[in-house]
Amino acid sequence: MYTFSSKLKTFSLALMVLGIIGIGIGFMSVPNKEEVKEMLKQGHGHHESATSHDTHESKDSHVKQNVSHDTHKSEEVHADKEHEEHVEHVLHQQQNKPWSAFYVACIFFMLISVGVLAFYAIQQAAQAGWSPILFRVMEGITGYLLPGSIIFFLFLVSSGFHLNHIFIWMDESVVAKDHLLQAKVGYLNVPFFLIRAAIFLAGWNIYRYVSRKNSIAQDSATDHSFYKKNFKWAAGFLVFFIVSESIMSWDWIMSVDPHWYSTLFGWYVFASFFVSGITTIALVTLYLKSKGYLENVNTSHIHDLAKFMFGISIFWTYLWFSQFMLIWYSDIPEEVTYFVTRIENYNLPFFGMLVMNFLFPLLILINTDFKRLSWIIVMAGIVILFGHYIDFYNMIMPATVGDQWFIGWSEIGSILFFLGLFIFVVFNALTKAPLVAKGNPLMEESKHFHY
Amino acid sequence: MSNKVIHAIYNDDDVLMDAVKQTRAAHHHIEEVYTPFPVHGLDKAMGLAPTRIAIASFLYGLVGISVATAMMRYIMIVDWPQDIGGKPSFSYIENMPAFVPIMFELTVFFAAHLMVITFYMRSKLWPFKKAENPDVRTTDDHFLMEVGVHGNEEDMISFFKSTGAVEVKVIEKH
Repeated sequence: MYTFSSKLKTFSLALMVLGIIGIGIGFMSVPNKEEVKEMLKQGHGHHESATSHDTHESKDSHVKQNVSHDTHKSEEVHADKEHEEHVEHVLHQQQNKPWSAFYVACIFFMLISVGVLAFYAIQQAAQAGWSPILFRVMEGITGYLLPGSIIFFLFLVSSGFHLNHIFIWMDESVVAKDHLLQAKVGYLNVPFFLIRAAIFLAGWNIYRYVSRKNSIAQDSATDHSFYKKNFKWAAGFLVFFIVSESIMSWDWIMSVDPHWYSTLFGWYVFASFFVSGITTIALVTLYLKSKGYLENVNTSHIHDLAKFMFGISIFWTYLWFSQFMLIWYSDIPEEVTYFVTRIENYNLPFFGMLVMNFLFPLLILINTDFKRLSWIIVMAGIVILFGHYIDFYNMIMPATVGDQWFIGWSEIGSILFFLGLFIFVVFNALTKAPLVAKGNPLMEESKHFHY
Repeated sequence: MSNKVIHAIYNDDDVLMDAVKQTRAAHHHIEEVYTPFPVHGLDKAMGLAPTRIAIASFLYGLVGISVATAMMRYIMIVDWPQDIGGKPSFSYIENMPAFVPIMFELTVFFAAHLMVITFYMRSKLWPFKKAENPDVRTTDDHFLMEVGVHGNEEDMISFFKSTGAVEVKVIEKH
């Protein structure tokens, strides 16, 4: 049995407290209208109306419609009105900032546990012989799914009640002026959105609950009935998962840019959190191993996890590039704005994440000997996790805060809070059951796994 | 005397593995082992150095991506920077996404083919090469260990008999 060390517990609680302070400062430092005006005066100078025109055109076509209506009026009134609209626009982006930062960290950590759950189900359904020794570690990590998804769902509800403006299609005054959004109202409406979210989160949590229960029941069982049940549940879950995962990515991520769509987006999001999940398994395993809790885990298990980290990193890159290149190549205006805003306003995070998520893992994890060294895996793992946080940042932020992004109190505070909560919940869940699922019929093979 | 070898023949890979370990422990020099299929762990038991072919392949891949980049930069950007459907051909980086499929394929092409050719050269394999198996049964169901004879021949024969060999022969090698 694992005992949650008091040091780690204190550490996770400290992270949560620091995180809450950061989030609080983020919410309190949202500027009001006058401050935004002042900020714009200092920042943009005389080019203000020109830039405002640009940002409006590239981001909000509903504002653009207003602008085009105004062109008949005199120049001065036009410039004045535009300036007002620009201030309003920047103000909304500033107000979105702490919410978006919270949202990115919230969905990122929740999806890590979903990624681990998917990996777990795949290992069960494939009857993998190497991984059963890691099942309890994976079950521990998926322990975060329940608290994580509750917080996440509450956030979606708060958006539904218009406490924030992450999802622009939830604003009826915007929809009233926007034909594209009107055409999507049948799908993008708050009640249906929340019902879908509830079904997906419930489905994942039910599988987590049942598989965990069966796994523990198998430890003291005399036959393999619970193992067989888990096999069937895993197969069923994977079917449900791939459907719900696709729709989830349209709902929770793609709909922040409701004018834009991409068909492989679901796979792309999946690859991103799947590799993060596998990386988290490797990091937690190495931590527990270093504390002497996983005596049967050897470098071959680590090697296998590292191969998955390497392979899925490349898979993520493949999907990222396929999405980017197809849109860049055809350069259709309605699609390409997505990448134009990202390359113009998010140049460093957008291309920086390619280095972190592709180039670095590619060069460091290609070596067989390196894949057996703990410090290499930990270093690569931390880079991969940061890289995929930035990936989610790049998916959400350009739509909600635009060029007003900054990694400051809100962002770091949100990461720290969810990291602390994640560590607390996961290592607490690990204490609840023995770290070796001894009832699993493949356990002997897994203990002696050698590559 | 010096070019005499012992052929110890086994009919089970587990017995062979044990025999290899015993032979190494007795400090006899194993010239070669012939098996009909890959025996897992045999290279380790024989103490063979690990292969470096993966490193070679990585370097070939680097050559491939360099060839692709140099070729397309010269053709598309330097030599005749034509406007083809509005693609920006002012610098390589601006039009790079369009080149990535070729860069990828040539990397794989060079890495794979040059590695295979390296393998053929290093293991001396080519068409019309004379087969080297000392006993035809080694391609079917028998395992053969070839050990150079140094010292007492009779002692060595009895040693290999004791390792479970089904047949021990002394061969004059030319």
